[in-house]
Order: sequence, then C-alpha cells, then structure tokens
Amino acid sequence: MTDFLNSLLLIDIAGAATLAWLAIGMLGLFAPRRMIASTLFPAGALVALLLAASCLWGLNSTPQIAVLPLGLPDLPFHLRLDVLSTFFLFLLGAAATGISLYSAGYFRAMGEQSGSKLNLLCLQYHVFLASMAWVLLADDAYFFMVAWETMALSSYFLVTTDHEIPEIRRAGFLYLLIAHVGAIGILLSFGVMQGGHGDYTFATMRAGHLDPLWANAAFLLALFGFGAKAGLLPMHAWLPEAHPAAPSPVSALMSGIMLKTAIYGILRVTFDLLDDRLWWWGALMLVLGLLTALFGVLFAAVQSDIKRLLAYSSIENIGIIVSGIGLSVLLNAYGENAVAALALTATLYHTLNHAFFKGLLFMGTGSVLHATTERNMAKLGGLIHHMPWVAMTALVGTLAIAGLPPFNGFVSEWLMLQAYLLAPTLPEPYLNMMLPLGAAALALAAALAAYAMVKFYGIVFLGRPRRQNQEQTQIHDAGIWERLGLVWMAAGCVLLGLFPVNVILQLDHVTQLLVGNDLGNSAARTGWLWLTPVAPERASYSPLLLFMMMLGGIALTFLIVRKFYHGRLRMGAAWDCGYPLQTPRMQDSADGFGQPIKQIFEQFFGLSREVPSPFDPHPHYQSEVTDPLWKIFYRPIARSAEFISRSVGMLQQGRISMYLLYSFVTLIALLALVI
Amino acid sequence: MKLSTLLFQFFQNGLVLLLAPLLLGWVNQCRAWLQNRSGAGLLQPYRMLFKLFHKDAVLADNASVLFRSTPYILFSCMWLAASLVPMVATDLPLSAAVDVIALVGILALARVFIALAAMDIGTAFGSLGARREMLVSFLAEPALLMVFFTAASISASTSLVTIVETIAHRGFFIYPSLAFAGIAFLMVLLAENARIPVDNPSTHLELTMIHEAMILEYSARHLALIEWASSLKLLVYMSIGFALFLPFGITEAGNWAALPLSLAALFAKLAVAGFGLALLETLSAKQRVFRVPEYLGTAFLLAVLAILIHYLLGA
Repeated sequence: MTDFLNSLLLIDIAGAATLAWLAIGMLGLFAPRRMIASTLFPAGALVALLLAASCLWGLNSTPQIAVLPLGLPDLPFHLRLDVLSTFFLFLLGAAATGISLYSAGYFRAMGEQSGSKLNLLCLQYHVFLASMAWVLLADDAYFFMVAWETMALSSYFLVTTDHEIPEIRRAGFLYLLIAHVGAIGILLSFGVMQGGHGDYTFATMRAGHLDPLWANAAFLLALFGFGAKAGLLPMHAWLPEAHPAAPSPVSALMSGIMLKTAIYGILRVTFDLLDDRLWWWGALMLVLGLLTALFGVLFAAVQSDIKRLLAYSSIENIGIIVSGIGLSVLLNAYGENAVAALALTATLYHTLNHAFFKGLLFMGTGSVLHATTERNMAKLGGLIHHMPWVAMTALVGTLAIAGLPPFNGFVSEWLMLQAYLLAPTLPEPYLNMMLPLGAAALALAAALAAYAMVKFYGIVFLGRPRRQNQEQTQIHDAGIWERLGLVWMAAGCVLLGLFPVNVILQLDHVTQLLVGNDLGNSAARTGWLWLTPVAPERASYSPLLLFMMMLGGIALTFLIVRKFYHGRLRMGAAWDCGYPLQTPRMQDSADGFGQPIKQIFEQFFGLSREVPSPFDPHPHYQSEVTDPLWKIFYRPIARSAEFISRSVGMLQQGRISMYLLYSFVTLIALLALVI
Repeated sequence: MKLSTLLFQFFQNGLVLLLAPLLLGWVNQCRAWLQNRSGAGLLQPYRMLFKLFHKDAVLADNASVLFRSTPYILFSCMWLAASLVPMVATDLPLSAAVDVIALVGILALARVFIALAAMDIGTAFGSLGARREMLVSFLAEPALLMVFFTAASISASTSLVTIVETIAHRGFFIYPSLAFAGIAFLMVLLAENARIPVDNPSTHLELTMIHEAMILEYSARHLALIEWASSLKLLVYMSIGFALFLPFGITEAGNWAALPLSLAALFAKLAVAGFGLALLETLSAKQRVFRVPEYLGTAFLLAVLAILIHYLLGA
C-alpha cells in the first residue's frame, strides 16, 4: 500500500481528480434532484481540496509525462505536468473547493423545485471543472483544443441555465461567438508553431526554432486568442454580459478560474513554447494590459448592477495581470532576469489573489441575490444587519480587492510597484519613459478600484434599505454550506496577505522555470516575517507585524479610553444635521455614487441621456452608459461581415442556367491551368 | 534591535500623540492672527478632546459594527503611520516593517473605513461625504505614490529611513525632480487633510463639506478619536514633507545626546510649516467641488512629470 502511495505521481492524482469530477457529473445526471446539492457538490469540493493539497505538496517535482491511448490514430493525448501547470492546478483546486462548498448551499433551493435543471447543471459544472484541469495538463495541440472547446461549451451551457430569458440567450450567444473566434486564433497559433513538421506535440514546439516573422505571428495569434478568453481589450464584450447572466457560483468559477486558464495559455506560449521573447511583445502587452485595466475600472465605477460591476472589475484585474506579464517579457528580452522574476512573481501572486477575492465577491452577490432577488443596487441597502456572515466576508473581499494592507491584494500590488521601481535603465529611451508611466497608470487603476469597491460595498450592504416595501424580515443570511465556502475564500485572502514569503518561496519554482531566476534567496534572507524582494535596505514589508501593531493599537486605545473615561452609550435617531424628514431615497443610489467619475470621464463612456423638459406632464430622467467599443469596433465588424456575405450572396442567382455557367467556366479555367 | 532604539520608538509614539493637537492649535491660532481675531488659544484642541471624551456617545438606531469600530481603526492607523515616519530619529524598528508604499496603503485603509462608516447610517450627507472623499482620493493617492516613487528612485529604496539618510547626506543639492514633486506633495497635503482650497475645516455648511460630512453622525469619544486622528494625519503629512524635502536635523535612533537638537529642529519646522499652511488658507478661497478633480489632476500630472524628469536627467 505504501509502495503504491509512494509511486503515485502527481499527474496520476490530477488525472484521477478529473475522472472523479466526471463521475460526479454523471452521477448527478441520474441522481434524485433533492440529494444532488447536499451530496454531490461537497464531493466535488473534496476532490478539489485533494487536488489543491497534492499540488501544493508536489510543487517542486520534475515534469511528468503521460500519454493516453485516446485521440487521433497518430496523435494520442499527451499530458504533461510541470511547475507552471501545478501552480495553476493548485489555483483551480483551492478556488473550486470554496465555490463547490458554496454551490452545495446555493443550489439546494433549485433541487427542491420540480422541473428544475439541477441534474444537467451538476453534469455541466463538473465537466467544466474537469475540462479546465485538462487544459492545464495538455501537452499537445489536439488535446489542448479538445479540452478548450469542452471548457467553452460546458460554460456556455452553464451561462444559459435560465435560457427562457432572452437577454440570457443573447449573452450566451455573444460568449460562444467570441470564445470560438478566440479558439480559431489559438488553433492558428499552434499551426504556426508546429513549424511545418506536422507534429503537433508541445515537445516539438518547444524544441523548434521559428523565424522572427513566424514567431511574431504565433505570438500575436496566441495573444488574440487567449486574450479573447481572458477578456482583454478589445475582445472583452462578452464578459459584462455573460457573468451577470450565469448563476453566481458559475460566475465565480468563470471569473476566478476560467480567465486564469487563458493567462496560463499566454504564459505557456510566450515563455515555454516560443524560444525567444522580443521586447515589443512585452511593450504591447504592457500597454494593452494597462489600457484594459483603466477601461475596466472606469466602467466598473459607473455600473448599477452588482454583477456587471464585478465583471468589469475582473476585466481590470486581467489587464493588470497581462501588463505584469508584459513587463516581465520586456525585462526578460533585455536579459534583466532578476527583475523579470520579480514582475512575474507579482503577476502570479495577483492571479492567485484574484481567484480568491473575486470568487468571494461573486459568491457574496449570489447570497444577496438569493435573499433579495435584486441585482440592481438602487433597490438594495442595509443588508449588514440581516446578513452578517455575508457582509463580513464580503468586507474582507472588498478590502482585499481594493488593495489595502494587510490583505492579499496589497501584497501583489506592492510587488508589482517594486518591480516597476527596481527595473533598471533600458537601452531604449522611449521604453524607459514607459516604465514610470506604467507605474502611474497602475496606481491610478488601483485607486479607482478602491472607489468602485467602496461604492459596491457601501450601497449594497450599508445604509438603509432603498426599497420601501421590501419585507425586511424575509431576508435571511446564507446557509451553512454557503458560509463554509465564503469563510474558506476569506481565510484564503487573509492568509495570502499575512504570509507572503511562504507563498513566494512556492512561486519561485514557477519563475525559475519561466525566466530562469527567482527571488528565493533574497526574499527569505531576512526570515519568513519580512518580505524583502531584493535587500532589506531597498524594500521591506512585514504584513504580520503591521497587522499585530494595528490590532495592538486598537486594543490599547479601546482599553485606555474605557479605563480613564467611560463606555456609556445611548441609541437615538440619526442626527443628519437636524433635518426632520429622512427617507431612504435620500441616500446615494449606485448611479449617484458613480456620478463624479461619469462626469470627469464623459468622453470615454457611450453616454445617452434623456432629460425632461419643463413642459413634461410626467417628467422622467434616464441615463445609460454603454460600451463605446460596440459602436467603434464590434458594429463595424458585424456590418462588414454582413456586407461581405451579401456581396458573395450575389453569386446565388437562383437560376439553373447561371450555375451551369459557373461549372462551365470553372471547367475551362482548370483545363487552361492543366494544359 | 537595541533597547535604546526601542525606547526611541516608544518616545516617538507618545510624542506624536501629544504633539498633534498642539500642531492643530498652532495652525488655528495663526489663522486667527492673520484674520485679525484673538483666537481660542494654542491648547484649544486639548480642551475639545477633554470635553468630547467625557460625553455620552449617542448612536443612530441602525449603526452597525463597522460604524462603531471605525474610530478605533482610524485612530490606530494614523497613530501607526505617525510612529514610523522619521521625525526626530531615523532607523526606528517599525520602519523596517512598513515602507512608503505600505504607508500609502495604511492611509488608504483608514480612508476606506471612514468612507464606509459614513455610508453606514444611510443619511444623505454621509454618502455625499463618502463620494467626495473617494473622488479626492482617486487622484490624490496616485499623486502621493508618484511623489514617493520620485524620492525612492533618487535614493534607490522605498524604505523611509534610507530615503531620509540619502537625501540628508547630499547637502543642499536641489533635485529638479524633487522640486516638481514638492509642489505636487503640497497640493496633495492640502487635499488629503481637508484644507482650503479643497475643503474648509471649519465650515458649518453641509453641502460644501467633504471630510466633515463623513463624521456628522459621530459623537463623544468616537468623535474625539476621529478628531485626534485627523490632527495626527496632518502631522504625518507634514513629517513626510520634512523627511522627503527638508531632512536636516534628523538624528539616528539611540542617539539620546542629539535628541534635544532634533526636537528643536522638528518644532521649528512644524512652526514654520504651520504658519505657512495658515497663510495659504487665508490667502486662498475654497474651490467648487467640481473644480477639485482639475486641481488634483494637476497634482497627479506634476508628480508624474517629476518622475519622468528623474528618468530624463538622472537627478
């Protein structure tokens, strides 16, 4: 038995986990509906936990290969597990644990309704998880595309769970369309990278050497394809539509994990499959990432739907991640591998953080949606009194995503800013200018994210309930499974924030593989308590000490005030400067809180406004913020596609004489060619 | 870490608590003199704190845990920030745990908590104050971060201790980048501490308030802690300004013999800076809230210009 356990490779465990998820999904298809939520989803969570634990334990092992006798006759499925895959599998397992635990509580109500689709949903959910694991394990282009398509299709079915509603159908279609356009890009990129040998395994691609023209083509196609799935500008249009349409645990999965598989794809192609990186790839990713980040956060600040706000915030974080990859590639192209490792560490850390705090926030909004059936912030408010568990965990998530110490979002932001600061002088003067500008843009995006998140938390959870006739007593807190999932994610946010040195020592294995350098020696030189990426005199941060001192300060203040003075308290009506009439409508609505941003950045929003005239018998005011890229980018493309198809459609005359003429002309042309 | 450095740290902890209300009193007294009034005296903030601590706290019915704990969190953040900025001595033990970026993070944490607490009761003025505060911060925080970046690029470190030591030992050399950064820092200081031209700290007109509107619902000891934290924040910003631009007279920790001299230097700098602040407030008028983004945008632009100049000129 112990021999068996010792010989068990990590790749076997990962494969077994995916098969276990598939089995759970199949069971869900046939199991009685009432039992699915409380037995099958926790089983899936257990599988995810085992996967995460074994990946953490096996993070520094050498690459493992497996070949499955499935697939094409001359191209069986190749699987490979190296440190990069292990890290992303750990991310998948850890986040999926929390989300599956939460789903056990979320879908319970669905299981008790008759005619619900919980059987199918269970199958689709676990196939989704398994396919994401396959994407991370794939070692040849065919298996990668099979897994990628399975992921896209299963998530499409998950997004269109409530397909009776037309908006959800439309959102699902847009999602599928852009996912497939991206898949074409990825497929073409693999086609370019196989270099004419006809062997589509990644091992051949790794060993091959491409001309600069084809390397550029491969990189651009991969960036386009994976960027479409990640939500990079300008292929992001599906994100704000698909995330609100899907059920909340599915949104958490998509935002927390699926976007990261696209990031994995970019890392795999750029650092592993292509043998040399050019500086302008890094500059392109840096600029594109920062533009995406600013775009996402500006739009997040003016939304009034809680899930759309979080979706745009995901766009922002993906932009930050891609800009970090760009910085790393740029520095790596100039041979500055030490700082490239720092930038890459910051990026990977942010990837892990985002899975946790975005998953947590989506799960929190799921509970809010369950309790109030409202997604519009203008009708929410005051939920902290009725839903304390959700409110407290969502507070942890909000503080984490706003990048505030001592939580995890601040650590990755700190590391990223240190990477910008420690970047040495580059030979090109214009490139040199881009680094401080990039740091300024990153700081601006982080500050705007704090704005958007204060809006999100303050309007949903604090204040008074904005809907007058809302039955306050019916609003219930989250159930036990949901609480377990929320606390798991919140604990992840806290632990990742307080113990960064331990996390970095694990991330070092990945950066060692990708850029050939790591922070380990310097980061751990001063002990596990202080995070010193280069040297203690240059930069040092200790979140645990900071947290202890803050707690100490709070406790000391509280005790001294109580001892020397008193703690007497009286409850009364709100002061509000003595104004006697206060209604909940006098608080800021979501639109009102975002109004300064709307006014300052009016040029960048597609703003449409209806204002009443003085003579209107029933005056109303309506303002709508739309994505300007629809008008600038998507509609022209759609119109040109229609124009091309109409022009080609002129060939279809409908008369058989024309078709005979076409065949005759083709025959003459082919004869002329041959003879 | 020697015992004397630890004692220096405790000394600074206590010093900032006692000094902050005095600084506020000095600024108010200077304003009164400039406006030809007799003023309330240098010790008025202490009397105000004493009065507030004795009162019974009145809370709104729907105040949550967040509302009740925010004054303590805010006070603790500001006290921590004030304890680690080098004022009389560098090389404090706390400075190793928190660098300039983390300092900006602590100030941001305090700001987010007070904004959330402002939205907690659900009054119109609370959310107005929160919205305006986040508007000010979304441009002021990147500007402050870029000012710190400039100083960090010059001294090749983000540790405040190293920054102070590097700039202090270069003599009276004027860095062009620091000149731009200094103007940007002054603008950010006025904005973040709710001073004219961004916000009038002694106004009673609610629709013009930014900072005061957020704390309208607080009373008694909570309000006392918040007011104390505000004066600590002013002290923190002024000390950061001295550390970055006028770091002369700051000794090393553990050097008790040089302590009276560095204390005297600190008091002199604070007195001049306080008078300068009062002069600036008397000579300017408060801007419309709509103009505040332009003002802060200028500060951000100047800060980015500062760091670009550093990259261009190397100084």
